[in-house]
Amino acid sequence: MLEAAIMQPGVTAAAVGGSANAGLSAHVRMGQVETIEFFRDKSLGITVYKGQRSGSATITDLTQPAITAAITAACRIAEYTEPDVYSGLADKADLATDIKDLDLYHVSNITPEQAIAKALECEAAALNYDKQITNSDGAAFSTSDQLYVYANSNGFLAAYPTTRYGAYCTVIGQQGESMQRDYEYTAARDAADLMSLQELGKKAAAKTMARLGARKIKTCKAPVLLVPKTASTLWGTLVTAISGGNLYRKSSFLLDCLQQQIFPDFVNISEQPYLLKALGSAPFDDEGVATCTKDVIKDGVLATYLLGSYAARHLGMRTTGNAGGVHNLVVQPGTDNFEQLLQKMGTGFVVTELLGHGTNIITGDYSQGAAGFWVENGAIAYPVEEVTIAGNFKDIFANLVATGNDIDARSNIITGSVLLEQLTVAGS
Amino acid sequence: MQFCEPQLRIKLMDTELDIARTTLLAPAGVTEQDLEKILASILGHAVDSADLYFQGTHFESWTLEDGIIKDASYSVDHGVGVRALSGEKAGFAYSDDIVLPALQQAATAARTIAVSGGKGRVKVWDKKLIKPHDLYPMVNPLQSLSDSDKIALLHSINQEARRSDSRVKQAIVSLAGSHNIILYMDSNGTYAADIRPLVRLNVNVIVEENGRRESASCGGGGRQDYKMFLDKGVGLGYARDAVREALVNLHAKNTPAGNMPVVLGPGWPGVLLHEAVGHGLEGDYSRKKTSAFAGRIGQRVASSQCTVVDDGTLPEKRGSLNIDDEGVPTQCTTLIENGILKGYMQDRLNARLMGTESTGNGRRESYAHLPMPRMTNTYMLPGKYTAEEIISSVKKGLYAVSFSGGQVDITSGKFVFTASEAYMIENGKITHAVKGATLIGSGPDVLTKVSMVGNDLKLDRGIGVCGKQGQSVPVGVGQPTLLVDEITVGGTEH
Repeated sequence: MLEAAIMQPGVTAAAVGGSANAGLSAHVRMGQVETIEFFRDKSLGITVYKGQRSGSATITDLTQPAITAAITAACRIAEYTEPDVYSGLADKADLATDIKDLDLYHVSNITPEQAIAKALECEAAALNYDKQITNSDGAAFSTSDQLYVYANSNGFLAAYPTTRYGAYCTVIGQQGESMQRDYEYTAARDAADLMSLQELGKKAAAKTMARLGARKIKTCKAPVLLVPKTASTLWGTLVTAISGGNLYRKSSFLLDCLQQQIFPDFVNISEQPYLLKALGSAPFDDEGVATCTKDVIKDGVLATYLLGSYAARHLGMRTTGNAGGVHNLVVQPGTDNFEQLLQKMGTGFVVTELLGHGTNIITGDYSQGAAGFWVENGAIAYPVEEVTIAGNFKDIFANLVATGNDIDARSNIITGSVLLEQLTVAGS
Repeated sequence: MQFCEPQLRIKLMDTELDIARTTLLAPAGVTEQDLEKILASILGHAVDSADLYFQGTHFESWTLEDGIIKDASYSVDHGVGVRALSGEKAGFAYSDDIVLPALQQAATAARTIAVSGGKGRVKVWDKKLIKPHDLYPMVNPLQSLSDSDKIALLHSINQEARRSDSRVKQAIVSLAGSHNIILYMDSNGTYAADIRPLVRLNVNVIVEENGRRESASCGGGGRQDYKMFLDKGVGLGYARDAVREALVNLHAKNTPAGNMPVVLGPGWPGVLLHEAVGHGLEGDYSRKKTSAFAGRIGQRVASSQCTVVDDGTLPEKRGSLNIDDEGVPTQCTTLIENGILKGYMQDRLNARLMGTESTGNGRRESYAHLPMPRMTNTYMLPGKYTAEEIISSVKKGLYAVSFSGGQVDITSGKFVFTASEAYMIENGKITHAVKGATLIGSGPDVLTKVSMVGNDLKLDRGIGVCGKQGQSVPVGVGQPTLLVDEITVGGTEH
C-alpha cells in the first residue's frame, strides 16, 4: 500500500498504520448469561504528504479497490490542505531500529463457555457476599487479540501482537430507600495474571457495601487523599499539560515550566515503555519513533515534555517518542501504605470516585464531582457522596503531601494513593 | 465490496430501501433470499428472534489551525451486525465485510447464545414503503459543497474570529460531515432503511490579555448539509460567540462553593435533564431495577412546572432519527408530565421484557455494537416566566449559560455537569463572571426544586455526544431558562 501511495503524482512521503483485533466478551447478570459478543475488527489509515501538505484516509475494507480508493482520497485531500512547515514523517534518525519483544502476547484460546463460567463465578462471589447486595449489573469476562502495524516511506515497517484479558463486576446494595453501586475490575496481558475472579467479586461487593449510608457533608476546605484509581486522574492532568499539542498551542498551565520545580522534591515520576507484560508498554510510538525510558518528574522538577515530531518541531525541540501518548507512567512509591496515609491526613476526605470532567487545562482550574469517605483521626468515619472537590492544579501539585506504596498497575498510569494538602469540598 | 460514493442518481421512486439495497447488498451480490435463509438459520426453539443491521458510512473532517488548513481526513466504514435474541439473552457477531460467507459465519457465532437448535420461520417482510418520518434530506453532506468551498468556509470563520477582537491569539475551526446508510431486517417482519446525514462545525479560540489566557468553544450542526453554516452567517456566528465566551472567562473570578440557587440558561444547559433524569429513565436500567427511577411510574419526581420529553422527531436535529437502529419509528415520548413520572425510553428487548412497546429509542454506535435504549433529543417544555423574571427573583446565586459536559451514576442518582460560562446573581442582578465549576445534585431530587420554568425553550445548536457503556451516539438537549432553588456549586471560595 505504501509503495502504491508513493508512486502517486506529487507524493513525497507516506505512512500507513493500522490494527486488527479479535476477541469475545461474555456478560452475565443475576446468574444468567446476558450477552455473548464476538469481535473482529480491522482498520488501516494512510497519510500522504505532498511536500508540506498532507491528507489522510481510513478504511475497514482491505480489498484492493478499497485500498486504491483510500490512497486516491488521501492524495486528493493533500491537494487542498495548505503547506505546514512542521508537518512530515518523523525524522529517520528517531525511528525505532530495535523492536523489542515486550512479552505482550499470550494466547489462551478461552472458549465462550469458559468465559461465561468465569463471569458467573465472579458474580456469584459478589452476590453471596452479603444479603444487602440485592441486585447486580452483572459481571463480564473478555478476551482480545490485537495486531498493530506501522510503516512509512522512510523505511520503517514493524508490527507487534498484543493480548488483553479483562473482567469486571458491578453490584448494587440497598439500605432503606437508597441504592449504591460499585465495581471492581482486573486487566492483564496474560490470562494467568488476572486477579482471582472470586476475589474480584468479593471486592466489588465490599466496595458497594462500604458506600451504603453515604451522606453529603458541609462545605469546607480539607486535605484530600486520592486512592490509586482517582490519583490516576491527577497524573493524567499532568500528562495533558505537558503534551506537545497543548504546549505549542500555549494552552497549558505548565507552559515554559521545563526544568522548573512544580512538585515537592520527593516526587519522582518516570515513563517506562519497556515494562514486560505491562498494559501501556510499546516498542515504538504512533510515528514509529523509538520509545524511551525517561524521567518525567525528577526530585519534583519537570524533566521533559511529552512530544511527537509535529509538536517538537513547533517548539524547536526533538520528539520524545510520545506521539499518541505516554507509555506506562510510573509514580515512585512513597514509604507510607494507605493506612499510614490516613494517619498522616488525620481529618479529611478520601476520594474513591470522580464524576464528570472539570479541568481547565489552560489555567489549571479544577472542579469535579466526588464520592468517598470522611476520615477523622486517621480512621474512616462514614461514606460521603454528592460533593465536589475544587482547586487549582498549580497549587495542588506544589503542595502535594505524600505518595503511597499501595501501587495499582492495572492501567497505563501506575501509582499509589496520593495525599493532597487542601481542596475546597463543596457540599451542603 | 466497492469503496465508492453511493451514486445518488435522483430517480423518481428511489426510496431509502432501494438506495440501501443498492449500496450495501448489491456490490457482493447478497440477495434478500440469502438474508431470509440466514435469519431462518438462526431461529430455533430457544431463539426468539434474529436481526441484521447493515451500515455504510462515509466520514470526513477538515481542520484549520494557525490560519492554514492543517488536517483533513476521510474514512469509510461498512459492515453488518448479526444478533440472536433468546429471552433476555443476546448473541452478537459482526463483520466488516458484507459478503455471504462472513454473514454466515457471524450468524453461526451469534446463534451460540441459544442452547438448542431447530427450525424457525422468518415472518414475511412488510416491504411496503414505511416512511414514518421524513426528518432530514437524503443528501450526502460530503458532496454538498466543493472542497474549495469547504476550505473557504473555514477561512472565513477563522478571519471572523480573529477580527472580532485583537486579544484572539489562536483559532481552531473544524468541519465534519458524515453520510450514513443503514438497512435493518429481522425475523419478525421488519425491513426498513434510513439515510442519515450529519454535519458539525466547531470553533475553538484562545484569547490572551496581560499574560492571562483562556479559551472557549462554540459550534453547531444537524442532519442536513454544510450549507446550513453559510445560511444567515451561522458559522460566522459561532466564531463571534466563542470569542465572546473566551473574553468573559478571561475576567472570571473564583466561584463560590456550596449550596445555592442556580438559574440555568436556555438550550445547551439542558445537559441537566440528560444527566439528572435522562439516563436514569433508559429502559434497560428500569428493567434491571438498577436505576434510582426504577418502579416509580406515577410518582412525583419533579415540580409540577416540569414536563420533560425525549423526542426523536424534530426535523433536521442532530439527535433525531426517522427510524431507530432496530427499524422502529421514532416518536415523542413523554418522560415526565407536570412533575409525574410517565414513561421510560425503550428498545425492543427491554420493551418486550417489561411487557410494553419499543418507543423507538433502540440505538447503537455502529454495526459492531449492540443496540440499547438511548436518548434522542431530550428537553423540557416551556413554562410561563420570562428569563428576566427568573433572574430577578434570586437574591444570591449563580447564573450558568454554557456547559462542557456531565456524567451520572444512575444507581445512586448523583449527577454532575460542568459550567463553562457563569455569572453571580446578586439581588436579582447579574454581576460578575465566575470560573466554570462543576455542579452536583441528585437526579430524583433536583427537578423537584425547579421553582420557575421560563417561556424561552431552546434546543442546543447540535453538538451533543452521549456515551454509555463505551458507545457514543449523537444527541440533542434543550430547555427554557429555569431556576433550581438549591444545588451544590463546586467552587473554591468558602
